[in-house]
Amino acid sequence: MMSLQYDNNNCEIGVFSKLTNAYCLVSATSASANLFTGYESKLKGVIPIVTTSIGGSGTIGSLCVGNKNGLLLSHTITDQELQHLRDSLPDEVVVQRIEEPICALGNAIACNDYVALVHPKLENNTEEIISDVLGVEVYRQTIANNELVGSYCSLSNNGGMVHSNTKVEEMVELANLLQVPLVAGTMNRGSQVISAGLTVNDWTAFCGSDTTAVELSVVNGIFKLVQSQPDFVVSEMRKSLIDTYV
Amino acid sequence: MSVMDESGMFNVQQTIGSVLCCKCGVPMAPNAANMCVNCLRSEVDITEGLQKSIQIFYCPECTCYLQPPKTWIKCQWESKELLTFCIKRLKNLNKVKLKNAEFVWTEPHSKRIKVKLTVQAEVLNGAVLEQSYPVEYTVRDNLCESCSRFQANPDQWVALVQLRQHVSHRRTFFYLEQLILRHDAASRAIRIQQVDQGIDFFFGNKSHANSFVEFLRKVVPIEYRQDQQLVSHDVKSSLYNYKYTYSVKICPVCREDLVCLPSKVASGLGNLGPLVICTKVSDNITLLDPRTLRCAFLDARQYWRSGFRSALTSRQLVKYFVFDVEPPVSEATVGGQKYALSYVQIARESDIGKMFYVQTHLGHILKPGDQALGYDIYGANVNDNEMEKYRLSVKNGLPEAILIKKCYEEQRERKQKKSRNWKLKSLPMEMDDSRGRVDPEKTDKEYEEFLRDLEENPELRFNISLYKDKDYQASETASMTDGEGAPSVPIEELLADLDLSEEEEDDDDDEEDMAE
Repeated sequence: MMSLQYDNNNCEIGVFSKLTNAYCLVSATSASANLFTGYESKLKGVIPIVTTSIGGSGTIGSLCVGNKNGLLLSHTITDQELQHLRDSLPDEVVVQRIEEPICALGNAIACNDYVALVHPKLENNTEEIISDVLGVEVYRQTIANNELVGSYCSLSNNGGMVHSNTKVEEMVELANLLQVPLVAGTMNRGSQVISAGLTVNDWTAFCGSDTTAVELSVVNGIFKLVQSQPDFVVSEMRKSLIDTYV
Repeated sequence: MSVMDESGMFNVQQTIGSVLCCKCGVPMAPNAANMCVNCLRSEVDITEGLQKSIQIFYCPECTCYLQPPKTWIKCQWESKELLTFCIKRLKNLNKVKLKNAEFVWTEPHSKRIKVKLTVQAEVLNGAVLEQSYPVEYTVRDNLCESCSRFQANPDQWVALVQLRQHVSHRRTFFYLEQLILRHDAASRAIRIQQVDQGIDFFFGNKSHANSFVEFLRKVVPIEYRQDQQLVSHDVKSSLYNYKYTYSVKICPVCREDLVCLPSKVASGLGNLGPLVICTKVSDNITLLDPRTLRCAFLDARQYWRSGFRSALTSRQLVKYFVFDVEPPVSEATVGGQKYALSYVQIARESDIGKMFYVQTHLGHILKPGDQALGYDIYGANVNDNEMEKYRLSVKNGLPEAILIKKCYEEQRERKQKKSRNWKLKSLPMEMDDSRGRVDPEKTDKEYEEFLRDLEENPELRFNISLYKDKDYQASETASMTDGEGAPSVPIEELLADLDLSEEEEDDDDDEEDMAE
């Protein structure tokens, strides 16, 4: 668990980076030097940290979506960047570009290693690709009447955090789909854009530096970060699921 | 929700979840800032930049507050108007939305007004925060322009109306006072002064005096002239500062006066009289010939053209005993008043032996045994040129007596000074003692006569306001039952006086009753 900053005063680290169980992508712009060191201090030697840009833009968190099985990239990515990613990432991670009009994939799709929530207006073709490449079940959903499900929730295999206005019934429904416990919360001192303030995988999480202690404790609790280690992630997750929701 | 129920659609129940306040961790309903109200308040102060204390100016003389730049507004303490005024004085209040305002009680002597304002404003991502805060107004005393001018010199009058009637009594002024009160005509007078043979009205403005003179012109036959005196002037800017004086003369002929008309006027009125009685004075004069029941009206302009005076006035009325009344010869109704022409046999109270056989216009009310008031032309030493001329011109001499009205003194005495159940208001008049002292006894007597006139003459009290006298004891009237009594004012004509202390007294009475 670590608080990070992009550039000098920008706490929206989720926009500029992407963290999964198998790799971490960080924006290649010069302003992200701090961000990179932050990630490096925790993840060096555990998973590959790759600096890249997508279509020359630094907002890579918004433009791609991925999990341990694969990485989907917006159609704006150049061949060179795509090749760079394919070279850098482990072989078992499938890297693919998709022709989807909604190019902000990170904002439109939220996923962990098993389930994905997607924007209701995504094309059918895209849905199939997501299912194939990421190896997930795909559900078209909204969160608190927002279609940008990727922006308003952050998921790991242990838990998830959703928009603060999410109704209780809606949260139960989402938890049933995702099979993980959920909590409504905020990041970055009350911001409702969860995924911009938080990048999380099964054993670590990074959040914007504005995030308060209260918010951090909520994140710690729901993503089970305190005791979890990368090795026993899967078994732990299964147990908690059955405990809480079956 | 209810619309959806009625349409029979499936409706998902929605429960608002709770999130933790991002600062203090208190569970709360989610809002735009996702902070609890207390944290939000500590974070942002929406009253920042709003005025918390301010000075206002108050004129203690006229209880007005200064609305800059120059307007003075009259408001009561803790009134709605004062609250509006207080809120208007605050700057920057348009940046927030005012939701509520109320006075916080303060000691009136503290010279502080406290108003609690509740304002709303949008903060952090569109969360609406409501906050209330007190504003303290320091009340500074400051005389307003007109009050300070008045303080410096209370005699700041600009126009003076000198109202005069050159007669020996003040009856006209008693009546006029009631008319002025009824119409509130002198409400803008700075000062009212009672002087010999008249009243002075001081005004702060020429137009006020003008409108007052206009009012007088409508109620009494007057003649006036206006003069002005230069007080100061500024040649460069052509400013002239005058004091204006209106000299207003009321016609000296009063009701019940006997007039001997000059031959020119008499022929102008169709050979009326020339011995006539004045029966009514309003904006015109009503003259009645008691021997023919013919009647004539003179307006102010017609009167002042000749300017005749009365030969005998009501002070010279003599009491007569009526011995015999012959049936009326003719009858006439003049201005709602009925008259009947009869011959009567009368004798003076002072000299019962000498009987007169005269014509009178009071045939309808006189009965044998009555007393009547009239002019004793037979015995009077009349000092009037017109009368002398007329005496010489007629062959069979002047009538020996002319009766004016029936006398109710006897009945009144029987009632043993019964107090009246009504009263009149009076103007706040100052006395001017500079030109000889006024005899208070004489004034009282004249006032009593005026009140009697009011009782006897319904036409007279038509224009004035009579008020119920709450000190009057009703029980005394029960004893008076026999026959026709002296006329009195019917209770329906009286107005209830507005008196705020009355209610308290009633309460006291009730308590006393309970004790008994």
